Amino acid sequence: MAQLWCKDVVLGYEGKAVVQNLNFEVNKGDYLCIVGENGSGKSTLMKALLQLKKPMAGEITTGEGLEADKIGYLPQQTIVQRDFPASVQEIVRSGCLGRFGWHPFYQKAEKAIAEKNMKKLGILPLAKRCYRELSGGQQQRVLLARALCATKYMLLLDEPVAGLDPVAVQEMYDLLKRLNQEEKITIIMVSHDIRAAVLYADHILHISEEPLFFGTKEEYQNSEIGKEYLSVTGGEQHV
Amino acid sequence: MFEMLKMYFSYPFVRYAMLVGVLIALSSSLLGVSLVLKRFSFIGDGLSHVAFGAMAIGTVLDVASDTAVVLPVTIFCAVLLLRTGQHARLKGDAVIAMISVGALAFGYLFLNLFSKSANLTGDVCSTLFGSTAILTLSVLDVWLCIGMSVLVVLVFVLFYHRIFAVTFDETFAQATGMKVNRYNLMIAVVTASVIVLAMKLVGSLLISALLIFPALSAMRLFKSFCGVIVCSAMLSVVCASTGILLSILASTPVGATIVCVDIAAFGLCSLTGVCLRR
Repeated sequence: MAQLWCKDVVLGYEGKAVVQNLNFEVNKGDYLCIVGENGSGKSTLMKALLQLKKPMAGEITTGEGLEADKIGYLPQQTIVQRDFPASVQEIVRSGCLGRFGWHPFYQKAEKAIAEKNMKKLGILPLAKRCYRELSGGQQQRVLLARALCATKYMLLLDEPVAGLDPVAVQEMYDLLKRLNQEEKITIIMVSHDIRAAVLYADHILHISEEPLFFGTKEEYQNSEIGKEYLSVTGGEQHV
Repeated sequence: MFEMLKMYFSYPFVRYAMLVGVLIALSSSLLGVSLVLKRFSFIGDGLSHVAFGAMAIGTVLDVASDTAVVLPVTIFCAVLLLRTGQHARLKGDAVIAMISVGALAFGYLFLNLFSKSANLTGDVCSTLFGSTAILTLSVLDVWLCIGMSVLVVLVFVLFYHRIFAVTFDETFAQATGMKVNRYNLMIAVVTASVIVLAMKLVGSLLISALLIFPALSAMRLFKSFCGVIVCSAMLSVVCASTGILLSILASTPVGATIVCVDIAAFGLCSLTGVCLRR
């Protein structure tokens, strides 16, 4: 039984299908990278996985104790957030909101979870700092810590390295790899960075109008579409 | 000066004005933080114009209590505006501009055509700038205002963390199972109610100032959400009471004086903020 699977899913907006016949499954501990051109339906798929948007046809099911609202989500940063007056601690704790019922305030348990995750990502010393004064890489860690507060099993990341400097990009990838290997957290990542995708992920989903490819990264590197895409983006010399 | 104030405060209507002014300032400043951060600063402006239009209809129809007409209409528009903000063909700011100017024109036209009042310009002016309305509060108005303020503060304390989450990142909140639309609706309804009440204090043209200035000033100084909210509330209360006292002493229009004090406070906070960062 898989943690998440899509069966004959059709995605689109305003009545127009963008992705058709989408079939794939994600097992516990997988590291899946979703690649594809702009407008190929990556973000729409993301929203569907989080159940923020209904697929036009087919089903998306979760299993193995994973519920759709227990997926930790790392969205792309919005303009609103860049100058938002909030401390790191306030933001990380807000990841726990989904798990407590009608309490108006955080209990000890939630505060402890937030602290544990801040420590794990090395941002505990920043707890009282203002979010908007942090560097891009630190901000992503804060949002990642918040996502970890919302989940035990699965992280869904939307372009997690967009706009980061090379050092921060490397740190982010290392961090994700560590979470994946040590904590057995399933990772699904939408990315433009095909080189990193074949380097770190163990499965690749390449989507466009038809889902062109789903399989392990070795299969992807040997497939027609994979070869073509990798050569265009100049990925081969790095692999 | 002290004697003069003492004399004024022996009148119940002055005490009412002070009480209501402070309470409205408190509630609007709390809401303002969320609205400013969500980039909804202009919603206050739009809604107050809608309230003006509704008030005009209420006056012409000669309803016993204006609030009975104004409140539902404004709440309806607030819900409409915040809804369309999310997924609509017409962009949010365009809709707000449309509704606010439309309501203003419609209200004025309506008053001109059907009003029985002898002093039309005076009526319009006091609705827009709230010149004397605050001094003619009935006991019912005062109680309504107290009730509403308690409600706003209660909502803010009880839902503080959820309001933070929805303000900071709506998508994430929704993804983790929060009923985001419900909270947006709640904010819309409370905003509309506060605006209708605040109309009596500063008039419909100046309400936005009460919503956004304390929040913006607080943001110059504080770096956490909690700090900003608390500072905004305190600043707003201080500015409102200073403004009311000044207007009594100098016989200036209440609304405009409060707004000017708010602007001065904003200037001061910006300056302090710049100095602190050095």
